[in-house]
Amino acid sequence: MSNLIGSKVERKEDKRFLTGKGQYTADINLVNQTYASFVRSPHARAKINKVDISKAEKCPGVVKILTGDDIAKDKIGGLIAGWKIVSQDGKDMKVPPHPPLAKNSVNYVGDHVAIVIAETLEQARDAAEKVNVTYNLKKAVVNTKDAMNSEAIYEGIDNNLCFDFLLGDKAKTDSELSKADKIIKLDLINNRLIPNAMEPRASIGDYNAASEQLTLYTTNQNPHLTRLVLSAFNAIAPEHKFRVVAPDVGGGFGSKIYPYAEDAVVAWASKKIERPVKWVAERSESFLSDCHGRDHVTHVELGVKNDGKITSLKVETIANIGAYASLFATVTPTYLYAPLILGLYDIPTASCNVKAVFTNTAPVDAYRGAGRPEATFLIERIVTEAAKKLGIDQAEFRKINFVNKFPHQQCLVHNIDSGDYPAHLEKAIEIADYKNFENRKSQSQKKGKLRGIGFSTYIEACGIAPSAVVMSIGAGVGLWESAEVRFNATGNVSVFTGAHSHGQGHETTFAQIVGDRLGVPIENIDIVHGDTDKGPFGMGTYGSRSLAVGGSAIAKACDKIVEKGKKVAAHMLEGKVEDVEFKSGEFVLKNSNKKKTIGEIAFACYLPGQFGEVKSPLPAGVEPGLKETAFYDPVNFSFPAGTHICEVEVDQETGETKVEKYTAVDDFGTIINPMIVEGQVYGGIAQGVGQALYENGHYDESGQLTTASYMDYTMPRADNFPQFKLGFTTTPATSNPLGSKGCGEAGAIASPPAVMNAVIDAIGTDVSMPATAEKVWNALKKNEAKKKKVAA
Amino acid sequence: MQNFNFKSPTNTKEATKLASGRATFLAGGMSLLPAIKLRLASYSDLINIKKIKGLSGIKVTSKSVKIGATTTHAMVANSKDVGKTIPSLAMLAEGIGDPQVRNRGTIGGSIANNDPAADYPSACLALNATIHTNKRKIPADKFFKGMFETDLKKGELIEAVEFEIPEKSAYAKFPNPASRYAIVGVYVSKLKKEIRVAVTGVESVVFRCKKIEEALLNNFSPSSINSITISSKGFNADIHASAEYRAHIIKVMAKKAISSC
Repeated sequence: MSNLIGSKVERKEDKRFLTGKGQYTADINLVNQTYASFVRSPHARAKINKVDISKAEKCPGVVKILTGDDIAKDKIGGLIAGWKIVSQDGKDMKVPPHPPLAKNSVNYVGDHVAIVIAETLEQARDAAEKVNVTYNLKKAVVNTKDAMNSEAIYEGIDNNLCFDFLLGDKAKTDSELSKADKIIKLDLINNRLIPNAMEPRASIGDYNAASEQLTLYTTNQNPHLTRLVLSAFNAIAPEHKFRVVAPDVGGGFGSKIYPYAEDAVVAWASKKIERPVKWVAERSESFLSDCHGRDHVTHVELGVKNDGKITSLKVETIANIGAYASLFATVTPTYLYAPLILGLYDIPTASCNVKAVFTNTAPVDAYRGAGRPEATFLIERIVTEAAKKLGIDQAEFRKINFVNKFPHQQCLVHNIDSGDYPAHLEKAIEIADYKNFENRKSQSQKKGKLRGIGFSTYIEACGIAPSAVVMSIGAGVGLWESAEVRFNATGNVSVFTGAHSHGQGHETTFAQIVGDRLGVPIENIDIVHGDTDKGPFGMGTYGSRSLAVGGSAIAKACDKIVEKGKKVAAHMLEGKVEDVEFKSGEFVLKNSNKKKTIGEIAFACYLPGQFGEVKSPLPAGVEPGLKETAFYDPVNFSFPAGTHICEVEVDQETGETKVEKYTAVDDFGTIINPMIVEGQVYGGIAQGVGQALYENGHYDESGQLTTASYMDYTMPRADNFPQFKLGFTTTPATSNPLGSKGCGEAGAIASPPAVMNAVIDAIGTDVSMPATAEKVWNALKKNEAKKKKVAA
Repeated sequence: MQNFNFKSPTNTKEATKLASGRATFLAGGMSLLPAIKLRLASYSDLINIKKIKGLSGIKVTSKSVKIGATTTHAMVANSKDVGKTIPSLAMLAEGIGDPQVRNRGTIGGSIANNDPAADYPSACLALNATIHTNKRKIPADKFFKGMFETDLKKGELIEAVEFEIPEKSAYAKFPNPASRYAIVGVYVSKLKKEIRVAVTGVESVVFRCKKIEEALLNNFSPSSINSITISSKGFNADIHASAEYRAHIIKVMAKKAISSC
């Protein structure tokens, strides 16, 4: 089965997804179930004077209405920020309390005020409309840039500042900048995005008063961590009496990594009423209350020598983390962002300052790429500007500055183990037909269109997160992964992973690894995930970690199986353990024709001895059963990298931008299933193009989300894209046994700067994301006026 | 969604009788049902008019194309008769919403709803349409009153929309990238007796752009509107397009439409 690695195996899970047989949280209906509707704040910032439920309680079908007072009385804890960040001045970050149901104040439109539980969904919604909340309105703080100069939202959090984080040596960077031949400066906005997973969030709390067992079914990328957090910090239920099931989940993109207020509330409410409580988000609720992504305002300065060598990089960012600090909200704009500002360049000196601010907007947390797209955007925008300023070809400028020896210790944090950056750059240039760009440009000109080309050579740190590395930089909490490989007596295999698949195709990719290692056909391998009662504790799926970390745990567990199998085989074949070789599912005794299949070994392990036999097939001291568990904590991050090249055409009259060509050459290390990887790259690019040209989470001055539906939030569609051209280069990761680096986020990380560099190349002037038609039209007009002025 | 009674009369008379109090007509439901689901609207009764015989279908004479109120956008888009006589109208229908919407949504529903960014109202104005109701015939010029407001009286039901067959015509739409409704839609037609240019998506209700019409009277070519200035006063402004941008796009779309006539 060794040909399984690198083969385009069709996805095992697709049959149920494509035939409508998936089992999502909303598909689950329990006996005696009730339905919940949340009363949400219509205001961005207000003091709650009174929550009057008297009318609502009398509505037909109402079972229970619970408010912030009730949750406080029951001492249910608030939602937590998972990573403590220490500011430059040595002080800990400041975070406001985040009760699952608001008690004294509401702080963004969509904030949770009460839960209304009824016999039917419509009854719950009808009654929710009758909950009368009186608010004392306050002026909302909305704008990222102005947040620090606005009235403090929370008492004790001056300037709305969560933390003021610094990575690198700022004084040294300033000094190097002052010595540079040229300093390139840019002001950038990384626009707010709304994740829009295809499946809206949902959760069902189910408490059994007799067994005191609580089950939470929820749309989550990370069921074990959700159980841990809800148990340890929210006191919903003790871990051993608490089961979290994340069944089929229709996309997450980061927005489902963490437990939400709704999860805590339905679980707690189910305990109170001793009936199952089901909540399924409407799409509008998803827009308002799913954690959003990005939202940075950044100033960046790059010092360069006239020969094109970068000497120094300084970054100053204001990161909007919304009304509350969500679970990954503080680590995303710091440890997942700041170390990555260097890109794949050899930059000797750098510093990155991040001020995280609270605003009256939905919490901002990890979203596909989480920090790395923001970092890649700034470095890829500014190196493009630098090349232009120095009159050096943009590909050449990048080559001059590429890291070219490995391992390479960057000046901030990362030690990059492997890569070949010119390889993917050159391959991309060839596929994109860079040399004929000028011809295509003049063709476009003939049609009255402006054509531009944009590069993005990116790196990301994936395989989140090696404990040793993250602990050394003070980021706390390393993230390993677990696996249990369990042979059944009849020779098929159940594999339990702590990773969670919500579209990534783990059931296929992981089965390929197991099939390859154990020589079992993949139809005889079942990947089990998403249920805390089934597999061992795991850390879930995000940060392109599942294969590099979770897959490695599976590989390790497989190796343990083989090790034990050898002992049993040696005994059965009457040879020495060291003389047994395992290959393609067979244990073979060297220099003999004696062998046992792994199925026979599994059978013998479970049923040691048959009637009439006098000797067990198991050697003395070897336990029966064939099941191994492995925990894998990588020694380092993995560093996927690549080159994306985008070509756009801009309509001068309307400002509309169309992506005409898109090339992506990625180095993901060892690829297990190229078809799945290509799918990941496609989706990632689509999301990144969405950020660059279309998507924008926009709040008006009063804090109302003006892009709260598909009428106004522009999701990219198939007709917005050309056929992408993909290519791959391979330098295996040295930090894990598979050599894999991760591919889930690359497209979304690499593509925004590729697209924006192309747009800016086409129109000859800067424009911010998303480069909507009107923005581009205005930029063109302004540029035209400027040119005229210069000419005059 | 709040509960309502669902009624399916089979003739117009019965339907109008039912249309009292908090009742409303339901055709394709592509705007009405989302509004009800979002709890932006609620009705005691929905009167399904799709079972009424004779309300659906396309009739072509030498002078006009008459389209029954419950004719879906897909039927108009795919009609060979419409394609032959007023190809721009078939093209407009083809560009409404997505396949699901085109297979459910109806022409009568669209113009009765009179969304300021809908496509059909511009066709009605530009093609000098007559709206046939169960009570009277209303010229398009008098039909579209304001935002989501028409000349229809309570219980009055559109039965058909009759378009004049133009010498030539074209519709150019600059869609909202999110909803794909018109940010600006310009319908240009050269009728037997007049030139009409209708603009949708720009004000609270569809309107005729007299400035462009006059310019085209002299010379029916894209260049003839080069020197025109469109004032953005009173134009819609939102996160997708400012009033000034809409004013600019009117000219761009008008030229596009004129050159494809």
